[in-house]
Amino acid sequence: MPVTTLLDREIHVDDEGFLTVYDEWDEALGAELANQIGIEMTDEHWSLIRFLREDFKEKGETATTRRVQAVGGVPTKRQFELFPKKPAKKMAYIAGLPKPHGCV
Amino acid sequence: MRRLLVLGAGTAGTMAVNKLRPRLPESEWEITIVEQSATHYYQPGYLFLPFGIYQPKQIVKPTAHFIPKGVTLVTGEIDVVKPEDNTVVLADGTALEYDYLVIATGTTPRPEETPGMAGDEWRKSVHEFYSFDGAMALTEKLKSWDSGRLVIHVTEMPIKCPVAPLEFTFLADSFFKKKGVRDKVEITYVTPLPGAFTKPVSAKALGGMLEDRGIALESDFLIERVDTEKKAIVSFDEREIPFDLLVTIPLNMGADYVSKSGLGDELNYVPVDRETFLSKAHDNIFAVGDASDIPTSKAGSVAHFAMDLFPENFVRYVDGKAMTEKFDGHANCFIESGAGRGMLLDFNYETEPLTGTFPYPVVGPMRLLKETRLNHFSKLAFRWVYWHVLLRGRHLPISSHMSMAGKVPAQDS
Repeated sequence: MPVTTLLDREIHVDDEGFLTVYDEWDEALGAELANQIGIEMTDEHWSLIRFLREDFKEKGETATTRRVQAVGGVPTKRQFELFPKKPAKKMAYIAGLPKPHGCV
Repeated sequence: MRRLLVLGAGTAGTMAVNKLRPRLPESEWEITIVEQSATHYYQPGYLFLPFGIYQPKQIVKPTAHFIPKGVTLVTGEIDVVKPEDNTVVLADGTALEYDYLVIATGTTPRPEETPGMAGDEWRKSVHEFYSFDGAMALTEKLKSWDSGRLVIHVTEMPIKCPVAPLEFTFLADSFFKKKGVRDKVEITYVTPLPGAFTKPVSAKALGGMLEDRGIALESDFLIERVDTEKKAIVSFDEREIPFDLLVTIPLNMGADYVSKSGLGDELNYVPVDRETFLSKAHDNIFAVGDASDIPTSKAGSVAHFAMDLFPENFVRYVDGKAMTEKFDGHANCFIESGAGRGMLLDFNYETEPLTGTFPYPVVGPMRLLKETRLNHFSKLAFRWVYWHVLLRGRHLPISSHMSMAGKVPAQDS
């Protein structure tokens, strides 16, 4: 498993740079990850990221855009506005969670 | 008397009662199965109907035909499960009590969940083949439709039989070639996934097969609505793909009573332990087949492999013993690639589909991830196996656990 250094910390990531250890993440790191993919974080962005973190803790899986809409209460259209093009992937990346399951 | 109640007599539910009846003494156990449809459909056959490869009568049989002696079949619609009372209530008010409940009501296409999809153009220029009626309507359409833009589209994963839309695409290519009009039909395959399939190795192989056939691939497309005036599908990131004939796989969801009963996730699938299918919320409820949320394909092959383990586990569990059989997510699928050829995929929770051979008894070995005639004929032969062996719970000599024998680890990237 590759290790990378972010904010002077050693972070475990997968081949695409998604964090693999839940507890290595904090909001400072989230801000850095957002910066890397060109997302300017607002309160609205953060509330979504916090939802994803909490939901993952409970379910053990990264929420899909549908789940973020159904359970998190943010319409898919809005998710696309906040995290353009690939919201599910970008939200997971910033939240330090695995990419949502390439559902089979 | 202890009471086992099974909801749904599709592939998983029917196999469950056939395998459990001999294992649970009739003097101790009552088994009841509830199903709303008097007809059992061989669902893999839907793919072949529109191209005239199968006739409707080959894929329908009476539900009752497959329910063994000693099991009570109740025909009716399920209204709600009341887990706190261990009771299921049917739409006509009948209440059925249980000691153990097995949910096997599968998943169905829901075109009404996407704006415009089930609107004015439904079954005119917008079609689906995930239901018997839908496949029949598309059969009629393809009798006369022979030029223009054909768009094959997947709304959202997970869907039942995830390779079926690709197979439909390959068969359509073949169908129009045979008719001599392939040059008048433009085919586009549209998917919410980053590539042609969910698993990277097969996505690569299958993507290449689209390219070879002159089929355009539009990936990462999450549909927002069908614009019936413009006749186009529109994505959340505002891409528009025009069509003359849209063949879509609508959003797939579990049964509505599941969510009404508080048993489902956002797509009405029942959260279960992925190795044993025991509900995470109730210790006397299981969910099997497509109705559960296990992260593998929603497919008959998965139901079949799961049903090799579940009966043993169930018998142990109701005796107060630990469930020792662990499901690994094993799935395999024959993929029709058109012109009388097919290929075979084999994978599980952890392992990608691999190349090499699959050690099928008698007819095998089969080539994996390669197009061959033998794979095609095996797919057609499977219909017989389904009706005569599988549903009746007879043993098919294929291991439920995935084996690495004969396989060549694939180069992923």
